[in-house]
Amino acid sequence: MNKNKQNFYYLFPTLIGKNIIIFITSIGNITSFLIYALYKAVIPPFYIKEYVKQIYIIGWASLPVVALTAFFTGGALALQIYSGGTRLNAESAVPSIVAIGFLRELGPVLCGLMVAGRVSSAIAAELATMKVTEQIDALTTLATDPIKFLVSPRIVITTISLPILTTIGNIIGIFGGYLISVERLGFNPILYIESSIKYIEFSDIYSSLIKAAAFGMIISTMGCYFGFRASRGALGVGKATTDSVVFSSILILAFNYFLTELLFR
Amino acid sequence: MDINNNNKELEIINLSKKYGNKVIFNNLNIQIPKGKSIGIMGPSGTGKSVLLKCILGLTDYEGKILYKGTLLDKRNRKDLYNQSGMLFQNGALFDSLNVWQNITFKLINAGFFYSTVNCLLVAKKMLNQVELGDDILQNMPSELSGGMQKRVALARAIVNSPNILFFDEPTTGLDPLTAKSINNLIFKLTKNNVTSLIISHDPISIQKICDEVIFLIDGIIEWQGNIKEMSASKHKMLKDYLNSKN
Repeated sequence: MNKNKQNFYYLFPTLIGKNIIIFITSIGNITSFLIYALYKAVIPPFYIKEYVKQIYIIGWASLPVVALTAFFTGGALALQIYSGGTRLNAESAVPSIVAIGFLRELGPVLCGLMVAGRVSSAIAAELATMKVTEQIDALTTLATDPIKFLVSPRIVITTISLPILTTIGNIIGIFGGYLISVERLGFNPILYIESSIKYIEFSDIYSSLIKAAAFGMIISTMGCYFGFRASRGALGVGKATTDSVVFSSILILAFNYFLTELLFR
Repeated sequence: MDINNNNKELEIINLSKKYGNKVIFNNLNIQIPKGKSIGIMGPSGTGKSVLLKCILGLTDYEGKILYKGTLLDKRNRKDLYNQSGMLFQNGALFDSLNVWQNITFKLINAGFFYSTVNCLLVAKKMLNQVELGDDILQNMPSELSGGMQKRVALARAIVNSPNILFFDEPTTGLDPLTAKSINNLIFKLTKNNVTSLIISHDPISIQKICDEVIFLIDGIIEWQGNIKEMSASKHKMLKDYLNSKN
């Protein structure tokens, strides 16, 4: 065996092994970071002002993005299902499929992805900037635990806000479907509402909320974790921002699958 | 520095620190006497700021650091934080808070339970102490000049009348006039029986503020002594360093 081939056979498994170790270490680090932040959230002192500020930044300010996305997706979904349904003579399924589809899948996933793009990146950029300009070190020297002051409020508020935003998104999305179906496709408004509600089960609603809460936790944890790990000035801030959005989005889609398996099996 | 046991404010014993394979310190020993201003001087990259980070628990290290005879570890630095103030190299003011919120941050968030009205009064007094007008109380840090930011950061560091003050390159990046006035301010603040540790590569600042000097090169104490002995010292490295700065 020549030397290059030998190197390849040696380097390839080493590279895989190294990346597996990095991956497992990262999962451990992120989990312990999250547990520590949640633990700090339940012991005094409580930074109430920080929590209130985050309700506005994370919850209230995300509402327009979530509402617009949900409205247009609801409309598009109604059009698509109607168009597909006509091939099977199943146009009457539009209201129930829009409602169930939104509650079970589209509502939490779309809301999660939109908030990930808006909030996770903002959290990562803010905390990373604080890290590289020594503001996080300054917090420590001012006898304030940075995890408790910066991370706990963001994780708690995002976890609470996402189910609320998702509920609003679900209602607006279903309304978008209703509006297009009634105004454009000629559905009877009363019959549309009746068949929308008729097939909705309680499990559709609580599964939507559970998924949304999990996504909220993922979004803020990723934002805070990558923000806190940032280094090397502006480059580090950019990397933290990108990593937080990419990992939040991937984890939202992966967790969506696992939660669907768990909740609807 | 000859210090008896009761007079030690801070004691660093066998401090070692590595970044990867690079050794920053190896068994460094320093004693900071109560009420004295100690300057740590040396060229850039010699470990001065890392030493401060170790003392403040902002980075991991090996060895022991004692504050008033109590061993500091990750969990019990609360006393040190409550009784100390720190001026960071770039000020490290909080971007999202205005001047008075920055100054009184410790009073609001670190368990001192001050009301907003009291905080505003304290902030005004502090601004006065660092020779700034109270018209900037509501300004954001980004609206202030570099010198003003340093002064506000100084006001934040001294807000709860600390026993010990830490300064990391207090005059770096400032014009000579502003640097001089910051040095004067620090000198005034450190004369009231306050212990201070000043990290600087600027001999002028060190001579103005400090009682004792530790000259550090590559994590090793090359020279230490009284400020008056510094200029007369025959230590070659110290002489070269002082000449290069003049």
